[in-house]
Amino acid sequence: MWDKKENVRRLLNALYVLCAVLVALDLVVHRHTEHPWEHLVAFYPLYGFAGIVILVLAAKGLRRVVMRPEDYYDVE
Amino acid sequence: MSSSLVGLPVIPPFAIYFAGALVAALARGRARKAVLVLVPLVGALFMLRLHSGTTWTMGFLGYQLVPLRVDRLSLLFGWLFQLAALIGNIYALHLGKDEHDGVQHTSAMLYAGSALGAVFAGDLITLFVFWELLAFTSVFLIWARGTERSLRAGFRYLVVNVVSGVLLLSGALLRAHRTGSIEFGHIGLDGSLAAWVILLAFGIKSAFPLLHNWLTDAYPEATPSGTVFLSAFTTKVAVYALARSFAGTELLLYVGVVMTCFPIFYAVIENDLRRVLSYSMINQIGFMVAGIGIGSALAVNGAVAHAFADVIFKGLLFMTMGAVLHMTGRVNGSDLGGLYKSMPVTATMCIIGAASISAFPLFSAFVTKSMIMSAALEEGHKWLWLPLLFASAGVLEHAGIKIPYFAFFAHDSGIRTKEAPKNMLVAMGVAALVCVAIGVFPGTFLSLLPFDVTYAPYTVTHVLTQTQLLVFGILAVVVLIRTGIYPAETPSVNLDFDWTYRRLGASVVRTVGGVVSAVDRAVRSAVLELVDTGLGVAVRGHGPKGALSRTWPTGSRVLWVAILLGISLVLYL
Repeated sequence: MWDKKENVRRLLNALYVLCAVLVALDLVVHRHTEHPWEHLVAFYPLYGFAGIVILVLAAKGLRRVVMRPEDYYDVE
Repeated sequence: MSSSLVGLPVIPPFAIYFAGALVAALARGRARKAVLVLVPLVGALFMLRLHSGTTWTMGFLGYQLVPLRVDRLSLLFGWLFQLAALIGNIYALHLGKDEHDGVQHTSAMLYAGSALGAVFAGDLITLFVFWELLAFTSVFLIWARGTERSLRAGFRYLVVNVVSGVLLLSGALLRAHRTGSIEFGHIGLDGSLAAWVILLAFGIKSAFPLLHNWLTDAYPEATPSGTVFLSAFTTKVAVYALARSFAGTELLLYVGVVMTCFPIFYAVIENDLRRVLSYSMINQIGFMVAGIGIGSALAVNGAVAHAFADVIFKGLLFMTMGAVLHMTGRVNGSDLGGLYKSMPVTATMCIIGAASISAFPLFSAFVTKSMIMSAALEEGHKWLWLPLLFASAGVLEHAGIKIPYFAFFAHDSGIRTKEAPKNMLVAMGVAALVCVAIGVFPGTFLSLLPFDVTYAPYTVTHVLTQTQLLVFGILAVVVLIRTGIYPAETPSVNLDFDWTYRRLGASVVRTVGGVVSAVDRAVRSAVLELVDTGLGVAVRGHGPKGALSRTWPTGSRVLWVAILLGISLVLYL
């Protein structure tokens, strides 16, 4: 099913539409907020997106320091 | 309900499992399989006889032992462990002789019994006994894998866990000496050494930062079903102990926040998918530890509710990866991909587990983790709430997307296999059902929690914000993968704190050992030389031709006597 590029494209399009709807809802729905940053428009979408990008980039950097061959602990 | 159970005696839950383990060890074939399913059911039946307030006490060396203490907190974990044992036993039903089935079944049953013994323990000495049994009974689930790596990892696991037990006993004795009581109740950091030692013992088994590597080291080396049991019991007994003894200890909030954040970086780059889940476990325990640290009724409810949910969804994820390992012999992200074609049911179960751990609405963690998040804001920890929210997004990346994506989708690895055995699918199905049930009908579940706090997870704000966080997290991963920035799965080992004892420690021992043996050699040879020289002198004097061992003619002796007599005569005169 996922070998067809067509299906993957459809799924991704659905994701992009969902993202747009969720941001639009942020403008319409009055959110109950407790944290000082929470009332910022699109706080959660931005935090989720930026959080993952920072996480993955930092992990790539970590790899340079900690990555070793698979048999590192097996050989003396 | 209870009136029809009046005839049943009150039996501590661990006893049923220990007896069941004995029967499972002796039985063969179908009889053993029946025992595996029946024991958790019988255990559950007898659990109905336990009510808050039921207590057994007995005297021992002047202290009061409490082998059975029932309250809402211990009951919740009791039910959780019965459920986990049932799911795990069903998952392991297919095991054959070549997988050391007898050892694995018996060990798993004793292990589950030890966990039940620990949560119903009312004093620290009883807790210590089951605490150590947890280690000794479960290590066979690692060794049963039968590889060189599992053997070594098992020994490291055993050493660390036994040390935790020794610390617990030391702390208990220190506390008994100070307060005269060994009660397993609230302890808190009261400035005494005893409290710190006990916290350290609990911290080792909860995988606190720097004390965590026994978990990421050993769990991925266990058998497919062994890891499912391991993930359910040890760390959750530790979380239970922290909730009982250290609720409201502020230090735990900071420790918990660190635990939620640092493992997710490792999870992103780890190749062994069961090790990814092990790092993910530390991240989830971090949320629980943070909740216990906050200490409000809502926070502690959230911590134990999340422990319950975690045993089931993390168990489900470990079961799906165990099924992949069982069917293909591999579990590295770099070797897998495209398995949804051969194992569609397992893939679906994996996605349900992934949605649950990521806290999508209608799945379990949406209800449980958010209690901890809300409590953090309620108690004014607004800056610590930010890293917790970051870690929540991080969960989605490594457990929510990476696990199902690299195992079942991504590029087609070309591996063609069959769907997992039926018993595995049933076990996964039960776990998936519980994940969805908690998410869809939270009311019943929330009423079982130790404190009476009303909490409404399904508000418009909560559903919207959580969906926004997660869906934009997915968008970020999609962008990173499509632009080629996302790091590829690579066969590798990532150094963590265990490097200090597996490499640094070993090389220090080797270097120090080398120096010591060199000094030792030098000293020995110097001493030997000295002895040799001494012997040479002695031989010169006393040897066969030595001056002092020569035989002297009688005449010369008479001459010497005459000379001596002459000298003394001269002196006296």
